[in-house]
Amino acid sequence: MDAESLLLSLELASGSGQGLSPDRRASLLTSLLLVKRDYRLNCTDWSLLPPATEEMVVQTAMVKGRFMGDPSHEYEHTELQKVNEGDKVFEEEVVVQVKEETRLVSIIDQIDKAVAIIPRGALFKTPFGPTNVNRTFEGLSLSEAKKLSSYFHFREAVDLKNKTLLEKADLDPSLDFMDSLEHDIPKAGSWSIQMERGNALVVLRSLLWPGLTFYHAPRTKNYGYIYVGTGEKNLDLPFML
Amino acid sequence: MEDSTSPKQEKENQGLREVEGPWEEKTAASPQDPDPQSSEPLEAEQVPETGPQPRNSPPWSPQSRASTFLGDVTGQEASPPNSPPQQTSSTPPLTLAEQDLGAPLQSGRTTTRIPDAGTPLSGSLEQSSDKRESTFHLTRQSEENTFPEPQQPKPDLYGLRDPSYDTSKQKELRFDIFQEEDSNSNCDLLQSEPGASEVTPSMLEVAIHNAKAYLLRTSSKSGLNLYDHLSNVLTKILDERPDNAVDIIENISQDVKMAHFSKKLDTLQNENELLPMYEIAEMQKALFLQGNLEGADQELEEEIAEGSLPNVMEAAFYFEQAGVGLGTDETYRIFLALKQLADTHPIQRCRFWGKILGIERNYIVAEVEFREGEDEEEVEEEDVAEERDNGAIEADEDEEDEFPKAFYKAPRAIPKEESRMGANKYVYFVCNEPGRPWVKLPSVMPAQIVMARKIKKFFTGRLDAPIISYPPFPGNESNYLRAQIARISAGTHVSPLGFYQFGEEEGEEEEEVEGGRDSFEENPDFEGIQVMDLVESLSNWVHHVQHILPQGRCNWFNPVQKNEEEEEEEDEEKEEKGEDPDYIEQEVGPPLLTPISEDLEIQNMPAWTTRLSSNLIPQYAIAVLRSNLWPGAYAFSNGKKFENFYIGWGHKYSVDNYTPPVPPPVYQEYPSGPEITEMDDPSVEEEHAFRAAQEASVSAAEENEETEEDEDEDDD
Repeated sequence: MDAESLLLSLELASGSGQGLSPDRRASLLTSLLLVKRDYRLNCTDWSLLPPATEEMVVQTAMVKGRFMGDPSHEYEHTELQKVNEGDKVFEEEVVVQVKEETRLVSIIDQIDKAVAIIPRGALFKTPFGPTNVNRTFEGLSLSEAKKLSSYFHFREAVDLKNKTLLEKADLDPSLDFMDSLEHDIPKAGSWSIQMERGNALVVLRSLLWPGLTFYHAPRTKNYGYIYVGTGEKNLDLPFML
Repeated sequence: MEDSTSPKQEKENQGLREVEGPWEEKTAASPQDPDPQSSEPLEAEQVPETGPQPRNSPPWSPQSRASTFLGDVTGQEASPPNSPPQQTSSTPPLTLAEQDLGAPLQSGRTTTRIPDAGTPLSGSLEQSSDKRESTFHLTRQSEENTFPEPQQPKPDLYGLRDPSYDTSKQKELRFDIFQEEDSNSNCDLLQSEPGASEVTPSMLEVAIHNAKAYLLRTSSKSGLNLYDHLSNVLTKILDERPDNAVDIIENISQDVKMAHFSKKLDTLQNENELLPMYEIAEMQKALFLQGNLEGADQELEEEIAEGSLPNVMEAAFYFEQAGVGLGTDETYRIFLALKQLADTHPIQRCRFWGKILGIERNYIVAEVEFREGEDEEEVEEEDVAEERDNGAIEADEDEEDEFPKAFYKAPRAIPKEESRMGANKYVYFVCNEPGRPWVKLPSVMPAQIVMARKIKKFFTGRLDAPIISYPPFPGNESNYLRAQIARISAGTHVSPLGFYQFGEEEGEEEEEVEGGRDSFEENPDFEGIQVMDLVESLSNWVHHVQHILPQGRCNWFNPVQKNEEEEEEEDEEKEEKGEDPDYIEQEVGPPLLTPISEDLEIQNMPAWTTRLSSNLIPQYAIAVLRSNLWPGAYAFSNGKKFENFYIGWGHKYSVDNYTPPVPPPVYQEYPSGPEITEMDDPSVEEEHAFRAAQEASVSAAEENEETEEDEDEDDD
């Protein structure tokens, strides 16, 4: 969501219960403006997080448990690694230290890739390639808003090529260039879609990353998502449905 | 000459204008005003000079006439330079025109577009002139009735489509060329007519006119005509410039047709979509209305005096400082819903417990304490359970003679705790949304709590949804919900040390009451704890809800307590098995009012995290507790006041992933003995040996018998 609409967004996403105190909200607003200039941490001080690499993702996949809150905290876990020493190949227990910072980065990246969503029609793609914000997007209609297929993952399309030709024929190439939520595994399971305040607001909550809330007011341009949570993936999802 | 030609041209112009008018409007409406003028030089080049002149003149005469008739002035009206001189000749041409009406029409119905004289001139003038001419034409139409019907809607049709088109220069040029051709032909026709008095136009031109007339014929089904459709399709193609247009031309044509029939943007919203919104609004409106208006004063006093309703808004304010909460709007509605609950039920105290999120809907939970003696009793369930137990025992006894008695004895169902005791201390009401009716959740059974610890399921939001799990959960979603609420309350309801104290019964301290004390009361002398102390040390907070034992109850229930009947059986069995101890060890949990610093850690992390709500303004900050074991459970205190709240999915946190329990091993049901135990079939040698032994014994018996008989015979 944009920095400008932070206040409104928080109000709309408040149904999940996690929000920000007025304290933090205010400091966040001011500091977000400043971030555009330079970078600091912790609502007043932001630090620039390095982009996630695959290596980081693999490393942090092994780390379980909560975040500590201290970016320099180091997690230790022992791993069996094959070490080549000369001619010998043997397994050695190596204590791998992963900094919380890298873990944070990779988690954020994973969350973004997995559950960042936008409504259909908010972005469109020109035939030449670049994707633009659709300024004429007036919001989803109510019937569309209740369907999972009206929302797309905000990332490079992974699944599109696997669709059958029949399905592709229905797509509009300028709008449907991202994966829809319909095909998320487990099907019909990893998203909770609810209407709040009568039909005035549609809220999607991810069950795979609990704490991710996406909101959209149908027929308006308001939409956004926010993650407030512990940064842990819910791997028990199949058991819980 | 001009006069004679002009009325004809005029008529034809009008005839054409009526059809053509909107096109001109279109070209006029386009922002490319210079275009018509730029096309003008082209026209001027291509068309002989004689052309424009006569073309220019006639339209203006009707225009001026129309202006006098209709008094309709639109936009800029620069009086064309040509009009004044024409006015004098205007009226007679009209009469002539009437007479001439029939002829050009018969040749081609509405077609033969004569180029408008308007194109060379400014767009707005065209527009106004066209409009007037079309209206003029219409008025004439009513007189003559020779004009076919479909023509009438056409102007509207065109009018609508005008703004949607983006005229391209080429198209204009094309039309202009077309018009010029026509004009050429017509001019030639008209000019040649009086000059050469040749009435038959060339075959080619007639063919063109006919073709155009055919194209403009409207379809009886859809009201479209091919000419317009083709021009729309070409417009669209030129606008969009798709690749391989020739391959997708049919699709484009289809799209254009569909677009023609598509609804315009509805200014009225779909009624269906708004109904749920109104429904909810109506329900919530009921919340805002006060109950009885009569005796309002009295009731107000009563309400203020009772104070059974908590100050939800105040608690919400504090929680907002902590960053937890539902938003002011929603909280207020919940507040009103709670008030409604308190009004309709005899409630001593109620509290907004929290919100549990579900897949389809969420639950808003209220914790309620009924007034003394007011709660409904649910004796029926217990009776049924007892009967079932009895029935089972009887069945066993019947079968005893016939079948070996199974070892398996269903463990005796642990009875649930009484109301107001332990896990059933409070009654919980839930609703999906404020405004909807409150539903009371059933009391919780120990078996349900035990099972709830073993499964992890999302709530769907429907209370009657079945819980399909392994191990099978005894109950549906309402029971599961109640069990989770009980667990969460037991695990996370805390208060500052000293807020509650045990009742003044010092005698009990010496006696070891099984299960620990379970009652407490507010401490009137509580002076509050410094916020900083609350934040720094967890020992300043205590649990004020009883811990739930592994058995599923708060107060230990010894299942080995027997009725006299069963005692004897059990004694026998005990001798046989020698497995079951004489008594099951009493399960003990931390007593009430234990500080939370004693809570177990989770993987090197304390069970609770404390925080000051604001580092910037510490003097008004509050202490905030967040549970790490039950994510979503919060507590705050400002030293004197405190409150607990839960908002989340209703699950406990576990570091390891959930694994469902393994099914138990196959139970050894029956005692193994010679009657039941399977034996291997005897091998062949064994059979032989057996038979031989049998024969031997038989023959021995026969011998014995024979000897006996012999003896008998001897005796006899």
